[in-house]
Amino acid sequence: MTLALLIEWIIKAVVLVLVLLTGFAYLTLYERKALARIQMRVGPNRAGPWGILQPIADAVKLIFKEELMPARADKLLFFLAPIVTLVPALVITAVVPWGPDLHVFGYTITLYIADVNVGVLYIMSVASIAVYGIVLAGWSSNNKYAMMGGLRSTAQMISYEIALGLSFVGVILLAGSAQMTEIVNAQKSAWFVLLQPVGTVIFLIATLAEVNRAPFDMPEAEQELTAGYHTEYSGMKFALLFMAEYDKMIAICSIGATLFFGGYREFWFLSNTILSVDRTPWLGPVYIFIKIFILLFGMIWVRATFPRIRYDRLMAFGWKVLLPLSLALIFITATFILLAQQSNNSLLLWGIPVVSLLAGLLAVSLVYRTLRRKEYARA
Amino acid sequence: MRVLEPLIELVRGLWTTLRFMFEKPVTVQYPEHKKPVKARFRGRHVLHRYENGLEKCIGCSLCAAACPSDAIFVESSENTDEQRFSPGERYASTYEINMLRCIFCGFCEDACPTEAITLGDQYELSFTERSQAIYPKEMLIEPVPSGGKPTPQKTEPGTFTRSVPEMKDPQD
Repeated sequence: MTLALLIEWIIKAVVLVLVLLTGFAYLTLYERKALARIQMRVGPNRAGPWGILQPIADAVKLIFKEELMPARADKLLFFLAPIVTLVPALVITAVVPWGPDLHVFGYTITLYIADVNVGVLYIMSVASIAVYGIVLAGWSSNNKYAMMGGLRSTAQMISYEIALGLSFVGVILLAGSAQMTEIVNAQKSAWFVLLQPVGTVIFLIATLAEVNRAPFDMPEAEQELTAGYHTEYSGMKFALLFMAEYDKMIAICSIGATLFFGGYREFWFLSNTILSVDRTPWLGPVYIFIKIFILLFGMIWVRATFPRIRYDRLMAFGWKVLLPLSLALIFITATFILLAQQSNNSLLLWGIPVVSLLAGLLAVSLVYRTLRRKEYARA
Repeated sequence: MRVLEPLIELVRGLWTTLRFMFEKPVTVQYPEHKKPVKARFRGRHVLHRYENGLEKCIGCSLCAAACPSDAIFVESSENTDEQRFSPGERYASTYEINMLRCIFCGFCEDACPTEAITLGDQYELSFTERSQAIYPKEMLIEPVPSGGKPTPQKTEPGTFTRSVPEMKDPQD
């Protein structure tokens, strides 16, 4: 390890953290603007042109707010919980490549911090650490509502993490590697969203539950739990929890873009043109930014559309629909990969989307039947 | 394809919200643009004057009596021909409305025998201290119309002999 390499790593890490922190600030503005437009309002527009200084105003307000601590709170854990929540949200993006290798002055710069050969496993493990922060925040506040918010969050995360992890397995099977750069390179010909349409849908649903976004925002259900696990938090500690939530959104969207939507690779209609990442590598970060932007819009859009679902139904959906379906998907994917290998015909891989869509349809019809049966029982 | 109903419902919900993104926002940029209020809007009270500048209020305190929240305080004094404020026998030497108590019901304008008090279209009533919530007569009374003279006026003796001036039937 030379000094130059060390400096390069430090610069990349600092850039990533800065991007995530400013990204958090502007994600709040983006969300408020998009929600406002959906509700036929204009959103924040007072601080600076089009409200672009609004995040700064929010930050200044939060810094100067009084920090309250409940009298009988666990002081140390109460202090640590926001940090424990935020740190995984930041470090999870370390394995996400945001561009191909750049060659500058005969020196190769890789556009990722670490290319772990079990990158997907790293993501899974770090993502599950974040829940500790939330449950500790709920527990240390010594408040019933906060406690219930924390517990709900844990139960929800454990349930949906399984579906999330299993939806990763399909990608790993197709790419033949758990390394993020390998997965991106494997999507050169076709994005995995085409080969794994149902897996992508499961991933998107499970991520909503994983980052506690509406309609799965049970841990902070305002109507039932005031604010859930961050009821007792104020000032900068609240800002940290808030930041963790939005950074997790960014992180999970960047993972989704990498695993299913071709990562930093160009859009399909731009391949073999001058705009493809093979010819102009520095466009990689631009493409992944656009993809993250679109996925984030999807999250905001879903939040603006669907009401929060009941807690027992949330659990039932996770365990009884998503888990069996994702297991079936792994089986289908593995079968067709094996068939393609045996017959040396890679066209057989296109059986995966066909059969998995059929499986998805079957799942939908089973959900429909259950709903109908409940209606009859009620009538 | 009734089996697909749950999916179709979800997509329809998403389509509805997406459609509204392209509607024109209904927001009014408030301090810069103000929407005109409706004709019968009940805003801050206004004490009116006659064209010659005399005050319509004769200090009868009927508004204070009608007020359900006891927001109005009236103290009346005698008019003289040397110092005449209103065409009646008396005038309101103190007229105060506590805007924290007022519920803008409009009973005061109904009770007024001379149409002296009406609820106008001013609605920007913020203040920073409780004492500022009490609006004295100087804030409520409208300015002297052109051609009129400010009160108190000096008038010819024998012009104003009635305790309540003669009134036409209300218009509105």
